[in-house]
Amino acid sequence: MGRSIPLLTPRNKQRIGFAVLATCTVVTVLPIIALGIYILVQGVPGISWEFISSMPRDGMHAGGILPAILGTFYLTLGTALFSIPPGIAAAIYLAEYAGDTRATRLIRIAMINLAGIPSVVYGLFGLGLFVLFLQFGTSILAASLTLSIMTLPVIISTAEEALRSVPVSFRVVSISLGASKWQTVWRIVLPQALPGIITGCILGLERAAGETAPILFTGAAFFLPRLPQSPFDPTMALPYHLFVISTQVPGMPVKIQYGTVLVLLVFVLSMNLIATMIRSRARARRQW
Amino acid sequence: MAAKIVVRNLNVNYQDGTESLRKISLEIEENAVTVLFGPAGGGKSTFLRTLNRLNDLGDLETQSGQVIFNGVNILESGIDVIELRRKIGMVFSRPVPLPLSIYQNISYPLEVAGIRNKARLDEAVEKALRQAVLWDEVYDRLNDPAHALSGGQQQRLCIARVLALQPEVILLDEPTSALDPISTAKIEELLCEISREITVIIAPHNTQQAARIGDYAAFFLQGELIEYGVGKEIFTRPKDKRTQDYIEGRFG
Amino acid sequence: MLAAKRQNLTELAITRLIQLAGYLSILFVGLICIFLLKEGLPVLFDVPLVRFLQTTWYPIEGYYGILPLLAGSLIVTFGAILIALPLGLGTAIFISEVAPNWAKEVLKPLVELLAGMPSVVLGFIGILVLSPYLRRLLDLPTGLTALTGSLLLGWVAIPTIVSVAEDALNNVPPSYRQAAWALGATQWQTIWGITLPAARSGVLTAIMLAVGRVIGETMAVMMVTGNAPYIPSFLKVFVSPIRTMTATIASEMGEVAKGSAHYQTLFLIGIVLFLFSLIINIIAVTVSSRRLKRSERLLS
Repeated sequence: MGRSIPLLTPRNKQRIGFAVLATCTVVTVLPIIALGIYILVQGVPGISWEFISSMPRDGMHAGGILPAILGTFYLTLGTALFSIPPGIAAAIYLAEYAGDTRATRLIRIAMINLAGIPSVVYGLFGLGLFVLFLQFGTSILAASLTLSIMTLPVIISTAEEALRSVPVSFRVVSISLGASKWQTVWRIVLPQALPGIITGCILGLERAAGETAPILFTGAAFFLPRLPQSPFDPTMALPYHLFVISTQVPGMPVKIQYGTVLVLLVFVLSMNLIATMIRSRARARRQW
Repeated sequence: MAAKIVVRNLNVNYQDGTESLRKISLEIEENAVTVLFGPAGGGKSTFLRTLNRLNDLGDLETQSGQVIFNGVNILESGIDVIELRRKIGMVFSRPVPLPLSIYQNISYPLEVAGIRNKARLDEAVEKALRQAVLWDEVYDRLNDPAHALSGGQQQRLCIARVLALQPEVILLDEPTSALDPISTAKIEELLCEISREITVIIAPHNTQQAARIGDYAAFFLQGELIEYGVGKEIFTRPKDKRTQDYIEGRFG
Repeated sequence: MLAAKRQNLTELAITRLIQLAGYLSILFVGLICIFLLKEGLPVLFDVPLVRFLQTTWYPIEGYYGILPLLAGSLIVTFGAILIALPLGLGTAIFISEVAPNWAKEVLKPLVELLAGMPSVVLGFIGILVLSPYLRRLLDLPTGLTALTGSLLLGWVAIPTIVSVAEDALNNVPPSYRQAAWALGATQWQTIWGITLPAARSGVLTAIMLAVGRVIGETMAVMMVTGNAPYIPSFLKVFVSPIRTMTATIASEMGEVAKGSAHYQTLFLIGIVLFLFSLIINIIAVTVSSRRLKRSERLLS
């Protein structure tokens, strides 16, 4: 029994510990890889030019998913329109203008709360404010506005971080040369922070593009025989369409289901890829 | 000689209590080099930053007294700070080229001042670069990024950038502390040259440099002005014991 | 002179505009509060509060007991955190302290990829792959159970835990570790005895944020937990179908008449969720406030 003591030397404990950590990592990561491969294998046979470019037929059991793709595109565009300008402005305020005051702390607490509110609650809010109170109806406009407010904290916090990473000395030099505060921000700080800001915006939009709950009652349609004609029309959208064809319509061909998943993932992940590329390119070219 | 800047009873305090100034009074002579010397933390940087109101950016707590420049007390809140900074330029200890091209670094202060005319900008850029003895080294690569220049070139670029505004006074806070001896010599020579037309106030990075270039010299110790007068006299026959001790290297 | 004045005016206008944008977050939190209360509170005039604290949810017949939904949310969240905490924390420690650089470069984007995965995709996989598998494995009448939901939501929570905890571990000064190594501690002893305790407030924040993320998750959980608004018996708590608060809102809001008691009750559930996220975030912020202050000082 005396032999059991040297077995648990600090060295062996470390080996066991590291093995446990590595196992955790593998258990975490393996399903992600498996999921990716599985969706790719199952989804590719469903993809064709017709699938992405034509309207659904036979109660969505055949044909393509064009209206859902276009709808998600419109919603993402709308969200970008409504969330990026105010988001960047708010970030500029927090990074460049706001002091450490009670009001600033209140803004930060509000931002943290906005980021934590469940997406379905955003849906309720959008229904209450945009659809009913402002009478936009169930529409692309209402859904985009709802998604924008949900995306805002992501954009503000990443843009603020990007602005703060620009060295203080640039600002001091610019001010000392007789530039005003805004000239300094506009001509020196903002261009340097731009790659980081764009990355943050894309990551925020990526999340918005994949969301279903906030658009459920504000703009998403089960099925539409024609494409939306104006921002006041409801629209089909990829995530909601996937929900519909996997739970609400019986007897859906698996090929169409996996094809839709693949299109949605490509849409969302290509945004992720672009963001990552902008970030790494900017890092390589940075002059400070 | 005439006084360019008159400082009366200047007191400055920061919120964190570091490097304050107490009861500073002196008259800076026009078109000469005035050196501010003394141990680190004595208030030289604070004094310089007060002269073009860069202290506004920091955590200033109180500021009292007068700094008269062209007949106006520049510490008053109503003055046009931006106009002031165009007349009193500043060069920092570490060269900070803005993340722009060489040309744009010089034209930047002019552009933010509202000058758009390309010909005028070209002319001003060339003039400033020639004044800072940098033109011959960079004329063929004006559109290269400024950070590609060597340290000494960068600092001369920073001086050229200030000169482009044709200021009346130029403040320099240990401008050669990050540079090699040859670059340092070039910059000292350049400062003596421009001091014929521009008032130069400089915190040198050591006493030797102060003695080399100072027409006038002010000794700062722990936020107080101990002694002020003609450079040659202060460095050879200081009146105050503390000045003498510092010059002879007993502390600092 | 005139040009300077115009420039000053532009500057002033821009500054005001930016300031206004800065306060948008407060405005929106306020608006969200107002509209949830406006649509949800009136129900309390028609239906006494006690009737919400009952165990039957059958709104068409006037039973508004939200306890089963609350139970559903808590069960799924508890299960998800039980899965995600060890896995996520283990992965975070592995990435931050053990893994060689090339492995970090592979692992981090993979976890980010998971974070970007739309929840409806996870729900879809849950229905088509995970739940049939679990049904056969555990020999259950249905694969759509709290366990299925917990498993999926575990993977929803993992990216949050990994990234926040890894940040916290990276913020532990290297000198702590070097001091421990200099005293002859193994890497493992250093992790366990020095690094992890030093990062504990960050780890707590990670857990709180993950709880917030999971409790608010809607689509995946609605698709795989079986849509059964009943409180499961204790022994079968994880293998029974349940229904969460979020799923209830999402699945019933589409069919109710605007302004009806049922409609208002769904908003009331929204208020409960809003309060949950508020409390969770306040805890998370309080826990991490010391760290925040330090980083704020560094930044200013």
